[in-house]
Amino acid sequence: MPYIPNTDADRQEMLAAAGFASIADMWEQAGVKFPAPKLDGIPAGKSEFEVMSYLSGLAEKNATHLINFVGGGYYDHIIPAAADAIAARGEFYTAYTPYQPEASQGTLQAIYEYQTAICRLTGMEVSNASLYDGGTALFEAMMMAAHITGRRQVVISAAVSPIFRCMIECYCRNLDLERIEIPDGRGTDSALDSLTAAVTDRTACVIVQYPNFFGEVEDLTGLVTAAQAKGALAVCSAYPVALGCLKTPGEMGFDIVTGEGQSLGIPLSFGGPYLGFMAVKAKYMRKMPGRVVGRTTDLNGKTGYVLTLQTREQHIRRENATSNICSNESLCALNALIYLSLCGKTGFRQVGELCMSKAVYAREQLLAIPGVTPVGSGAFFNEFVIETPLDGAELVGKLIDKGFAAGFPLGRYYPERKNQILVAVTEKRTREEIKALANAMEALL
Amino acid sequence: MAKYYAESHEWIELDGDTAALGISQYAADALGDITYVEIPAPGKTVAAGDILCTVESVKAVSDVYAPVAGTVGEGNSGLEADPGALNVDPENTWICKLEGVKQDSLDGLMDADAYAKFIETL
Repeated sequence: MPYIPNTDADRQEMLAAAGFASIADMWEQAGVKFPAPKLDGIPAGKSEFEVMSYLSGLAEKNATHLINFVGGGYYDHIIPAAADAIAARGEFYTAYTPYQPEASQGTLQAIYEYQTAICRLTGMEVSNASLYDGGTALFEAMMMAAHITGRRQVVISAAVSPIFRCMIECYCRNLDLERIEIPDGRGTDSALDSLTAAVTDRTACVIVQYPNFFGEVEDLTGLVTAAQAKGALAVCSAYPVALGCLKTPGEMGFDIVTGEGQSLGIPLSFGGPYLGFMAVKAKYMRKMPGRVVGRTTDLNGKTGYVLTLQTREQHIRRENATSNICSNESLCALNALIYLSLCGKTGFRQVGELCMSKAVYAREQLLAIPGVTPVGSGAFFNEFVIETPLDGAELVGKLIDKGFAAGFPLGRYYPERKNQILVAVTEKRTREEIKALANAMEALL
Repeated sequence: MAKYYAESHEWIELDGDTAALGISQYAADALGDITYVEIPAPGKTVAAGDILCTVESVKAVSDVYAPVAGTVGEGNSGLEADPGALNVDPENTWICKLEGVKQDSLDGLMDADAYAKFIETL
């Protein structure tokens, strides 16, 4: 039985309307060779055992045994076993979009509590039910600012994750938006003065990262105030674990805060699934993409949860929806909620404090190696930059052979930082592991 | 002051070259309970037929179209706290003012009698 619902007659009609005699003719006129499927090279079926052996062999090629000091937006944090056990319950695991509140109270309550947690973390007033990942969430924030202000120019710091900037550039390629990228300060700072100067009365928003990509923690209050004085919105991509300890973006006055939620109980993997979060000032909630769950009372006076403001979503507003990102990352958001609930307010702060103190220790150990020099002098959270006499990629490559993922070679995205490495330290790293990394690095320099 | 209606159910009331703009009783009834009125930003220039703002009810979010060209002036900020006023007395509750409205731009619009006949056909 064919799974393609259109008939031969349907296809002929469509081809005729487009002015083609056949599908092959369409490909030919497009200047592309007709991609005829080759099915004869597909091998015969294998047994379950053979397939598992083959796939396990492939999985073993992943370097999962390395002691990990790589961050750059995605971090190797402890995930309590209880998190997966709770998230994998059938009631949560199979739940889809909770359009029917009478059948979905558990899922809706979990999303509502997730939103509450994100609001408390970021210091903002309204959170949505999640977005795909940190990069797409930042793109959505930028588009939201353009819609709110009616302006088409955005100012973005080069100290925003190059991965996120790449995603934004990709999404923007065919949009009528002018992006102005402000070079970082060449140490580890975001060059806040240059950013402030670049914001004019034509700017929709200024986009920064907190802590920035080089790990530096900056007070962004002055930039936020200056941008808002020009009628622009201030947008921030934040690392949620840092927010347990640091001044929140809400306290600094940001209009829109997004971020990558992977650090909240979601394992590192190649490309996800990860979690984008977004929280905004209440006055912008109707311009915020994605769904929102609200708390209400039913006819009997009992607390209940429902999708709210959904008249702005695509199943009702079609092409006029605030965004076409509507289905959310519910299961990943649930993981984040469970992780945050298991840690508790104090525990979550302790995670951040451990990250900070271990990072300080690691930086001391690495800077004690002859030839290793510090980059930047600002405050940092759990990530910092060092420079060595060797090419960063080469040094990191050699350390992989010694069992360490030593850091992120910055030359990959910042050519002028060829010899620099971005080192991240989480609560998982022990004193012994940090010392071992320093010894291994010293032996190579 | 003369009042004119558009087929998209907005009304304007012209005073000199400034028009007060609202939605008709028919539109308010069709929307149901109105929960939010977006007040358009002053200074925005619109052409006839452009989307001016949105009105949100428990059922839907609907666009409000500019019946004539003009520049957005003062908004009715009272609607931010009390959007339900649009249900209570829509014909006398303006959403915003449009400035620089030209007399000859009224040609395509209906007077109250013509609009009453128009909605009977719907």
